[in-house]
Amino acid sequence: MFAIDPRRTDLALEFKRRPFGPHSPELQAVLNVLRGSLHCQNLLLVCTRPHAEWMLAEKQPDGRPPRLRPDLTFTSLEAAEWHAFRVRWEAVTGQALPALDRE
Amino acid sequence: MPRVIGYADPLSVAPGEPIRFMVGTLDGPRRYRAEVVRLVCGDTGPGGPGLKTVRLPTSIEGEHDGTPQLIDAGSYAIVEHPEAFGALGRFTLQAFIQPTLVPVRPSPRRQVVMGTWAEDRGSGFALMLDETGALAFLIGAAPVSTGTPLTARRWYHVAASIDLAAGTVTLRQTPLADHAPSLEQPVAITTAIRAAPGPAGDFFIGAARKAVEDGRLRTTWHFNGKIDRPSLLAGEHPIGLWDFAADVATDRVTDRSPNHLHGRTVNAPKRAVTGHNWDGSEMDWRRAPHQYGAIHFHDDDLYDAGWRPTLTMTVPTDARSGVYALRLEADGGPEFWVVFYVRPPRGGPRARAAFLASTATYLCYSNYRMRMRPGPAELFIGALPIVDTTDLLLMHHPELGASTYDTHSDGSGVCHVSRLRPIVNVRPTGRLWNLFLDLCLLDWLEAHEQRYDVITDDDLHTEGLPLLDGYSVVLTGCHPEYVSREMMEALAAYLGRGGRLMYMGGNGFYWRVSYPRAHPGMIEMRRAEDGTRAWVESVGEYYHGSTGEYGGLWRRQGRAPNTLVGVGFVAQGFDRSSYYRRTAASRDPRARFIFDGVQDEVLGDFGVAWGGAAGLELDAFNPALGSPPWALVVASSEDHSNAFQLVNEEINVSFAGADGRFSPAVRADMVFYEHPGGGAVFSTGSIAYVGSLAHKGYDNNISRLTLNVLRRFLDPAPFAMP
Repeated sequence: MFAIDPRRTDLALEFKRRPFGPHSPELQAVLNVLRGSLHCQNLLLVCTRPHAEWMLAEKQPDGRPPRLRPDLTFTSLEAAEWHAFRVRWEAVTGQALPALDRE
Repeated sequence: MPRVIGYADPLSVAPGEPIRFMVGTLDGPRRYRAEVVRLVCGDTGPGGPGLKTVRLPTSIEGEHDGTPQLIDAGSYAIVEHPEAFGALGRFTLQAFIQPTLVPVRPSPRRQVVMGTWAEDRGSGFALMLDETGALAFLIGAAPVSTGTPLTARRWYHVAASIDLAAGTVTLRQTPLADHAPSLEQPVAITTAIRAAPGPAGDFFIGAARKAVEDGRLRTTWHFNGKIDRPSLLAGEHPIGLWDFAADVATDRVTDRSPNHLHGRTVNAPKRAVTGHNWDGSEMDWRRAPHQYGAIHFHDDDLYDAGWRPTLTMTVPTDARSGVYALRLEADGGPEFWVVFYVRPPRGGPRARAAFLASTATYLCYSNYRMRMRPGPAELFIGALPIVDTTDLLLMHHPELGASTYDTHSDGSGVCHVSRLRPIVNVRPTGRLWNLFLDLCLLDWLEAHEQRYDVITDDDLHTEGLPLLDGYSVVLTGCHPEYVSREMMEALAAYLGRGGRLMYMGGNGFYWRVSYPRAHPGMIEMRRAEDGTRAWVESVGEYYHGSTGEYGGLWRRQGRAPNTLVGVGFVAQGFDRSSYYRRTAASRDPRARFIFDGVQDEVLGDFGVAWGGAAGLELDAFNPALGSPPWALVVASSEDHSNAFQLVNEEINVSFAGADGRFSPAVRADMVFYEHPGGGAVFSTGSIAYVGSLAHKGYDNNISRLTLNVLRRFLDPAPFAMP
């Protein structure tokens, strides 16, 4: 099975710069793993102010309402995607992403 | 979340005709405000024209007192002959059952197979599954149970023989031999009981009476699964022998006993389903009814919420045809939109263009829960799923029912959807999809001062070709995915008589649906055989119960969408839309009118629908599926993202490289062709297309070429065949 190389922060930077594709084949492989991992796949965004604010939520089994995360709100979809990417990267690789902001 | 919700009846209404609104508040009584508006454009946000509505002054505008209205979801059958069940002394209840949710999650509860139990009275009797899923019999305070849970999705014969004089009940649960190996053994117990049934009551199959509230029956302990040949015998004499293989297309339940204790189903459980003795030798329920003697009940089935009308009005005689909504607001919560359609006056003047609102598709998507339930949706969306607080209402109110994209609580697919209930996602806000996105087309027509009527799929299904008579052009919405035979034939006949059709979307004319006569306002669809399916129809249950039609893709029934509109569904992705590039065929003299004044080679690299005109769901030209060979592919899209994957009906043997980065088959084709009947067809092949019409003040290459097509299609000059 494909495993993410946590040293490939260049792929994280590629995602941060262009979260909505198209992606390089290597980044797509990373996304397939991150989005398909059972322990962190059930994320959802709830729009709390149209076109302006989104709150992260976690989907629940057996028809129960999503668990809202008021502590995690975003003013752009790109920021929300980047947050989900970082959280999943750490959950899957066991290593937190370093700051990539200045790159 | 909204604090007031409702629905309308009828869905489509002409000026001068009455319409009723069933409005209810949530979480207690409260004041609410109502206003009728015509919808011109949805809330596209700062990147588009934004929300546009036109107030329609009516008698119901203003503040009102509102109260909650209940919904009794869950299907069952009821035999309303209480006198027949009151004097039983020695009797047997038996049936074949296939439970599908054992135990009930997340909170285990009882599931009634049949009986007269009335929870509010604490009387009656019931053969049921207890909280663990074991067969049990209830009479008096505590049930008697076999203590051995049944296995989900296996068939059993179950029976309870009661002798009240002797004070005994014998329970038998017998697993049937089928094709799956099993270690289960029959279980039989006899035990003492010390209670009498009490006053006579109605006989339920698949539920129990809970109470009567607000004048309406409420039920509980719904059964999830199939029940086949339920019967009640007194000694050796039949009291009721209910035959679910009879009257399948209706809500009738036929009793084959001499007593004629006929009943009816409530909330449209799924009929025409395989029974305990189905052996796979026949797939059509009409050809082997004895193998289709079951009904599949669900605790979340819903047909008619049955709310009392709270607001009624007559549509003003001068109201123009359009998409309308009753806008409801309470306590500063989000608005709730009850959408309805005003058609042109019956027998009166019409516009020359008609917008065919995809009401069948809107309904199939109604109360869509899938994005809020666990699963790998992000892998095919290519981004995080997004909902809003109005969508969340569904997860707090499961009684509102689901869409045909969802599964029931037992995991089986939802194949019945009804408009007779509040619907949260047919509105000009929220997800830019279906009606919301279609409003971009209406807004564009208004911006270019093009007069149009609004007609609906429901009208077309009922009235057929005469509904289209007199229109020079019919424009579809962005996603007319669900189509009945009657609709398909009417559009084909319209083209055959010189009509002009502008197919303004993608993944259209894809699934077959039917409108059950016994359940007005409901659609049946079965995701049979093939296609991009949110769930997979059960084997042996591909034929619709309401009409006997073979369900599934039109493509698998000799009527691929290509035969009507020249293109058919090939790919989908939801992270980012792309653009079209003109082809050499766009220079063909036959296509010159389309590109008059359009100099650009790249078309639609802009728009509110994820940034481009080619996106979401894509259709391509394919003569092998019936696209007319003389049709011109005047533009094709390119540069789609990895999220776009070829759909499985395009793939015989799985292969790598089937996404938008690698496969040239992942594309939208813009197609024009002349119809032998004298008319013509223009197809965009992309759901996202209409989201580009308003760019730069409606002055852009997509807007220009679409207007060119519309003007030529309005011109009565016939099209010459090439």
